[in-house]
Parts: sequence; structure tokens; C-alpha cells
Amino acid sequence: MKLPVWFHRLGSPPSFYRIAGKAIPWLLIPTILLTIYGLYGGLVLAPADYQQSDAFRIIYIHVPAAWMSMAGYALMAVSAFIALVWRMKLAELMVQTAAPIGAAFTVITLATGSIWGKPMWGTWWDWDPRLTSELVLLFLYLGVIALAQAFEDKRAGRRAACFLALIGVVNVPIVHFAVTWWNSLHQGSTIRVFSESTIHPSMKWPLLAMAVAAYLYFIASWLARTRVALLEQESGAQWAQQELKGNRDV
Amino acid sequence: MSEWFAMDGYGAYVWGAYAVALVVMLWDITAPARARRQLRRRQPTRPPRQPARPGQPT
Repeated sequence: MKLPVWFHRLGSPPSFYRIAGKAIPWLLIPTILLTIYGLYGGLVLAPADYQQSDAFRIIYIHVPAAWMSMAGYALMAVSAFIALVWRMKLAELMVQTAAPIGAAFTVITLATGSIWGKPMWGTWWDWDPRLTSELVLLFLYLGVIALAQAFEDKRAGRRAACFLALIGVVNVPIVHFAVTWWNSLHQGSTIRVFSESTIHPSMKWPLLAMAVAAYLYFIASWLARTRVALLEQESGAQWAQQELKGNRDV
Repeated sequence: MSEWFAMDGYGAYVWGAYAVALVVMLWDITAPARARRQLRRRQPTRPPRQPARPGQPT
């Protein structure tokens, strides 16, 4: 199977750099608006939970971050697949630039979950299937970064990291289904795609807004990190040198 | 207002969780700019590379 020509054109460093630079503000503007609505709706408008009172408001960062930690891994794995099958250099680089963002969302998930667990479960941590598989997800992200740097040859390291990223994707469904497959301390999902959600709309919409914001933010950050990584990789090329010498924008 | 900050006694947990998320997000959002500054600092020492051969997909 061949990739379309426009895909390869997009993969050329100067054009990716230019197009990504134009796209970032258009991703960040809705991110900011959705975050403002999500935080106001979640922290101010939504009523207190009948069991957890105001402690439930941690959901507005914990759940979007958790979804993003899994979706981010899937995006990274798709990039790794493209890199391995079609030997696309840009995709190799994008595996490396996705990993720290995914790791950041995973850290947020684990930290906010731990803070939420203390008042509700009476413990900061438990070796529960959901919590443990999310911790494995963090180690996978860190492993993808570490493996790429463990090789003398940069390219070889990045390709090895692509394999790890691809193999590690089996952990994503494990995180998702951990609460249904095993007996877990963690509650099941209240947002459902195929049936009615078990959460009130006044609580649901801010949550979905935060989730979309997290997604758009991830893409924006991914593009921004990839742009800088491209400048480093192509630092001998004329366009990259001009870019570094010239304007001081980010 | 102070009642809102108290979060029915869970204030420390709720605001603590939001503070952690804010710090991590700030780290991530500033990362590209930090990398760019670092790159710029060590840039001038490198000689320009020969232009790539035409017709090679990257």
C-alpha cells in the first residue's frame, strides 16, 4: 500500500513546520474557550454530588486527563506504525514528541486520582487493576523516551522506540476495561457512548468540554514540540537556520 | 465565596488536585519555547549542511 503524495509533501520538514505553525493558534483558541466553560461549569454551576459532595469536582481534570493519556498513546502508536511501515522520518520524530505530552497527562491522572482517593477511599494508592495499568502506561511513555536516547545512533534509537510504542498499545484496552474485567476499587464509567450516561447533564457537559479541550491541547502541543524537534534535526538546512536567526516567535 | 473555596471541607483536595494539574500543564506548555531557546544558544557554531539530493522523500 502506498501513501498519497500529499502525505509525503506534508512530511517534508519545511512545509510541516509552516503548516503546523499556522494551525497551532486555531487549536489553542477553542482550547481556551472550552477550558473556561468547562471550569466554570464544573467548579461553579454544577451542583455538589449527592454522595461525594464537592470532592467530585476533581473529575473535571482527572477524567479528561485519563482519557487523553490513553488517546495520546493510541495517537503515538499510529505514528509509530506509520514510521515503521513507510519509514517516514517525521513520524519517528512525532513518536518522540508525543511521549512527553502523554506522560504529562498520565502524571496528572495519577496525581489527581491519588488526591481524590484519599478522602473517598481512605488511601492515596492501591495496587488495583485500573491504577496499576495506568502506572504501566506512564512507564511505557517514559520507556519510549528512554529507549530512543539509549542508542548511539539517533535514528536506530527512534526506530526501536517505535516498536516499544506499538507493542505497548495492548495496555490501552487493559486500562479501559480494567474496571469491568476485574474487581476494582475504581468506579466504572458514567459517560456512555452507546447508552444513556449515568451522570446529570449539568455535570456532563463541562466534563465533555474539558475532554475536547484536552484533545485539542494535545494536538497543539504535539505540533509545537515537533516543530522545534524539526529545527534541531534540520539545523544544517538553510530554512531552519533562517528560522532560528530570524523571528523570535514560538 | 469563602464557602465555595472551602468545597464543603474538601477544599485542600480539590484545589490541590487543580494545582498539580496546573503545574504539569505549565511545564508542558513552556517546553517548546525552552527547547527553542536552547537550540538558538548553540546554533551559530554549526557550519551549513550541503543541500539534500533532490527527489528524496524525507
